[in-house]
Amino acid sequence: MNKHTLAVTVENKPGVLTRVTTLFRRRGYNIDSLTVGTTENPGISRMTIVVEGDDKVIEQVTKQLYKLVDVCKVIDITSERAVDRELVLIKVKADNNVRAEIVQIVDIFRARIVDIGRNSLIIEATGDRGKIDAIEDSFRPFGIIELVRTGKVAMVRGSK
Amino acid sequence: MKMKGAEILLHCLQKEGVDVIFGYPGGQALPIYDALYDSPIQHILVRHEQGAAHAADGYARASGKTGVCLATSGPGATNLVTGIATAYMDSVPMVVLTGQVGSSFIGTDAFQEADIIGITLPITKHSYMVERTEDVARLVKEAFHIAGTNRPGPVVLDLPRDVMDRVIDFEDNNEEVNIRGYRVMKGVNNGQIIAAAEMINRAERPVIYAGGGIIISGAAVELKEMAEKAKIPVTTTLMGMGAFPGMNYLALGMLGMHGTRYANYAISECDVLIAVGVRFDDRVTAKLEHFAPNASIIHIDIDAAEIGKNVDIDVPIVGDVKEALQALIPRLQSREELSEWHQTISRWKAEFPLRYGKSSEGRIMPQHVIEKIYELTQGEAIITTEVGQHQMWAAQYCQYKNPRTFLTSGGLGTMGYGFPAAIGAKIARPDMTVIDIAGDGSIQMNIQELGTAVQYKVPVIICILNNQYLGMVRQWQGLFYNGRYSYTDMTHQPDFVKLAEAYGAVGMRITRNEDVESALQEALQIKDRPVLMDFWVEREANVYPMVPPGQSLLNMLGGEDNE
Repeated sequence: MNKHTLAVTVENKPGVLTRVTTLFRRRGYNIDSLTVGTTENPGISRMTIVVEGDDKVIEQVTKQLYKLVDVCKVIDITSERAVDRELVLIKVKADNNVRAEIVQIVDIFRARIVDIGRNSLIIEATGDRGKIDAIEDSFRPFGIIELVRTGKVAMVRGSK
Repeated sequence: MKMKGAEILLHCLQKEGVDVIFGYPGGQALPIYDALYDSPIQHILVRHEQGAAHAADGYARASGKTGVCLATSGPGATNLVTGIATAYMDSVPMVVLTGQVGSSFIGTDAFQEADIIGITLPITKHSYMVERTEDVARLVKEAFHIAGTNRPGPVVLDLPRDVMDRVIDFEDNNEEVNIRGYRVMKGVNNGQIIAAAEMINRAERPVIYAGGGIIISGAAVELKEMAEKAKIPVTTTLMGMGAFPGMNYLALGMLGMHGTRYANYAISECDVLIAVGVRFDDRVTAKLEHFAPNASIIHIDIDAAEIGKNVDIDVPIVGDVKEALQALIPRLQSREELSEWHQTISRWKAEFPLRYGKSSEGRIMPQHVIEKIYELTQGEAIITTEVGQHQMWAAQYCQYKNPRTFLTSGGLGTMGYGFPAAIGAKIARPDMTVIDIAGDGSIQMNIQELGTAVQYKVPVIICILNNQYLGMVRQWQGLFYNGRYSYTDMTHQPDFVKLAEAYGAVGMRITRNEDVESALQEALQIKDRPVLMDFWVEREANVYPMVPPGQSLLNMLGGEDNE
């Protein structure tokens, strides 16, 4: 099973997200992650959907998405040269004994510390999925109190 | 001009060519009903909202126009749901108007509030909550555009009461519809047409598998031209009945679970399958791996998502069926005959015709009633059906000459569809005889519409093939569940004749074979009232041939000899 990344431009209207997720649920497609946000055009939103499935499934997903009146364009950017990023916030246990070590890891991953508590730190990092996975793994031994990932956003490189 | 939202709504409906609305009033629909009071649009007051949806659907299928139904918020709207799903599955153009609680009450669980947009999301082509009176005109236009173009389907317009009540300065500036994410399909890929033509011209054992898309597209003439030019046998799906004349020498009848033996053999043996306006439904293909195992497949359909959905396609052609066939026909070689293939098919037809046995108790055979209906109407009537055994017999034992003369719930399989659909069809085509072939189970699901048919003097004929069973389920219980007839016995039923009479309709009971024809003749003469005919038929007749679930099309039960 391959993961595919679909860049989907949709009308920026209430209910569009429901239409998309209803379609995935009803047809039994599995959403790995879904992000949605505004674009340079206030009337248009952009979804980045990561979906699992073989080529046949992805073809069906794409065609079914196109049938939604509020969907303008669907591009499978999996095999395109694309930049993809995810943001993660991690609240990690950090007493005085380990703070220095954590700061080192933060530096290595070019992450940032955005909040300091008595016994914890909040770390913010962006990167592709692999990097975020690695960051998560690196902090796990210290004890992760809370973690949230945004899911991926992506854009094709160059002038396309 | 100062106009209320509801008045703008009706003005726009009229502009879309709407002459009749099937509906049922209620609190939140009051502003719309008040405007209807002065409107030239006819309103048919049904007895249950489900009847309104099916009637609008029948009207649409019989006429090719978009059907319109109207209900109030909450339970009125939810009662439409089965009708909306029925239309969605069979690609029927329909605009569904629902009253909604006032804008300020939405989301508060107000009296008779239901999220009908949310409820109908998976069963509509599109839907709109109309939030501003200023948007009414544009959204009505968009709704009709979306419902009626490409692959048609139902569109819901949810209309909050205050939006309908508000008065605005309205000027109709006839804006063009412009929807970013929705374009009407035009043209077909010429390269694919050439590839298809070459494949067909090389074929030795071609078969056309023709579906409802031909009827929707208005391509029956082209289909006949293609089949006759290249001498290709045609099998039709349930939805495709009428797309190709049933009596034509190239016609194979229906294929699939209850298809003719020769249609299913032809599919299994063909070397090129030309699938036109179809979706490879499981009731058609049976076990997918064994469907048309020797064939290269050409698939023409306007819905790209249907191509390759269930079956891998060799030559996909996305586009309007009519346009595609028009492009294809000039490239096809005119053939005199495909002697060997046609001989094989003729042999199958002679050896395995549709046939049924005699009644053990001297009862009327249900198939016989349908044969008589065909004899007397000669394919010039509109036949609607409910769902079950009678529906399959109506597809098998009646021939259909023209598109839009066989209206049945093929996709959803909705019991209770046929009678209200017949009312809608008769209103769309008052010149045609309209007959609902029904079962004693199905007819009871919307029998209240007798009130509607009597009130508006809609002379449809209901032929109940009464076996006092939910026959199709009983058949399966008999074949696959050791004859354990669990809750399918419907012996307890009303006196249908008295029931019809109570409504002011004509009721007839027919219990003897020799009375079938004369009773039908009598019913066909009645032009001012609906007629309900209660045929007491053989109780345990089965629909054959039958492909058992999960089997290949070649594994048919029944129809081999006279049982």
